[in-house]
Amino acid sequence: MSAEPIIEVKGLRSQFGTHVVHEDLDMTVRRGEVHGIVGGSGSGKSVLVNTILGLRKPDAGEIYFDGQAMSEMSARDRAVLERRWGVLFQGSALFSSLSVRENIMAPLREHIDMPVSLMAEIADLKLGMSGLGPEAATKMPSELSGGMKKRVGIARALALDPDVLFLDEPTAGLDPVGASKFDEMINELRETLGLTVIMITHDVDSLYAICDRISVIAEKKVIVTAPIEELVEFDHPWVQDYFAGPRGRAARSG
Amino acid sequence: MARHAQEQEELAGLSIEAEDGLCVVRPRGDWTVEQIGRFDRPLRKLARDEDAASIVIDVSALDRLDTAGAYLLGRTLGPGRELEESRVRGEHRTARRLIEETREAFQDCPSTHEARRGPVAVFASIGQALESFVLDAVDTFDFFGRTVATAGRTLVQPWRLRWTATVSVMETAGVNALPIVAVLAFFIGAVVAYMGADLLQTFGVSVFTVELVGVAVLREFGVLITAIMLAGRSDSAFTASIGSMKMQQEIDAMRVLGLDPFEVLVLPRVIACVLMAPLLTFAAMLSGLFGGMVVSWGVLDISPNFFIDRLQSSISWEHFFVGISKAPVFGMIIAVIGCHQGMKVGGDVESLGERTTASVVHAIFAVIVVDALFAMLYLELGI
Repeated sequence: MSAEPIIEVKGLRSQFGTHVVHEDLDMTVRRGEVHGIVGGSGSGKSVLVNTILGLRKPDAGEIYFDGQAMSEMSARDRAVLERRWGVLFQGSALFSSLSVRENIMAPLREHIDMPVSLMAEIADLKLGMSGLGPEAATKMPSELSGGMKKRVGIARALALDPDVLFLDEPTAGLDPVGASKFDEMINELRETLGLTVIMITHDVDSLYAICDRISVIAEKKVIVTAPIEELVEFDHPWVQDYFAGPRGRAARSG
Repeated sequence: MARHAQEQEELAGLSIEAEDGLCVVRPRGDWTVEQIGRFDRPLRKLARDEDAASIVIDVSALDRLDTAGAYLLGRTLGPGRELEESRVRGEHRTARRLIEETREAFQDCPSTHEARRGPVAVFASIGQALESFVLDAVDTFDFFGRTVATAGRTLVQPWRLRWTATVSVMETAGVNALPIVAVLAFFIGAVVAYMGADLLQTFGVSVFTVELVGVAVLREFGVLITAIMLAGRSDSAFTASIGSMKMQQEIDAMRVLGLDPFEVLVLPRVIACVLMAPLLTFAAMLSGLFGGMVVSWGVLDISPNFFIDRLQSSISWEHFFVGISKAPVFGMIIAVIGCHQGMKVGGDVESLGERTTASVVHAIFAVIVVDALFAMLYLELGI
């Protein structure tokens, strides 16, 4: 893992009306790391990720991707950039009118020039990588359970073999077996493809298993970014509550 | 990245050579998802023509490789999950591992079912459509029955009616629809007057335009315009709002909390529509007559005074009552169909759109059919 930053957030402010979610927030994600984001409910984790993705305009501050300011990018550069990242949304956000296979093929169809048969095969491959059985391929999203939707969402996020993967609560709704399989998969992908992963999670096990560094959002900013071993020693009431609570302790000893 | 084709040539390449009875596949450069599209055909052909066991991959000239590229190479080596050491030659940081992994992860998924084609399929889909229409109609009657039962219970226990919800729907579906209904009715009245003026003038009895406008607007157009506006405006809103509640499991939540969705959602809407439809119809009638009067004045020189005078003397109250009596029935039909279709929304967004369309189509269809039945009924009664 290199220390070279791939995404930098500087002085970000997000607000909804008079409600300020982020104030002067800084965060740096290094290339090739798995970067966890934790924080209490409503602390603006999803808002932060949406802002990095460009779905929300920052009210102040700037986001740099590979050293380039995102607000100064041309539409063409942005389009190029968007192909380099994959996103799994909190609610999976599958296209409900397309079958599972077509969902995974959607980014390929849009961006890549290749025979449709190969696209379908790649879609099946990603489906296998995400741990779903072959029978899921022809189903519609409405026929899937929450955990299965999540896996399809991951498969779709991986369809273009992105450099950067954004995951919003990837293991929420997965059973423990599925969740640890998912951790393995992320580890595997990072090692073989040099993937950078930014994940919002509440799963303390995941934090221990795969995250290189973790940013804690509290008091409207990132109060600390550190590997988990250092984080558990960090002197802040919220961090202490989080990692010293019963769940945190169980994961630590496990 | 949007590179030019020429650049692409340099980024990735493929050569296939025969060596010592083996077929050596040599990928070069970046085998990433953006590049591999054009290698699909040659590699597929190779896998078909050659004995799978004789194909060997030399990865030493590879630069970047992602899972899609690894899959394509792995597929060339033939089916199966195990991979012998000797099949992948050369040094590469991740290639061997990626190829192994993709071979492991890949699974043959069933192909998508193709829709049936041909004349049989056409008949089948006609039959299905008819069947679903009949079932839908039966279902709507069932729903209507339950609504009536709920209304009956509420009549005995009037404190159970959701007054706030009812009044709120009366405002959105009724009061807020007033301007558009009035404007539409004005134009319809004007159009009827124009047509009548043109036609009746040739017979020299243009003064009968007053009767034409009066009867047409009072008996039919006032109430029909109102019903169609209600169907387009409120009925779709009912379906969409109840449908999205259904999608979010709000209806289920109500049921487990002991709330009857018929009482909470359906009845207020039905009552609001039954009450507001006659009022809107009345407004539409006034506006339609006014439209006819303006045109008669402008085109035929029939003064408003004369128009009103003639209207009073030659148009009997019956026409007004025929029109207004249909309004509550139409209002009820529209509300019931809208709520029913909303309740039938499934788990996905697709069905929400489908149901909203169905709801408007069914409502307008039902309104016009019932209007025809009313016409027959009143004809038999001699009104």
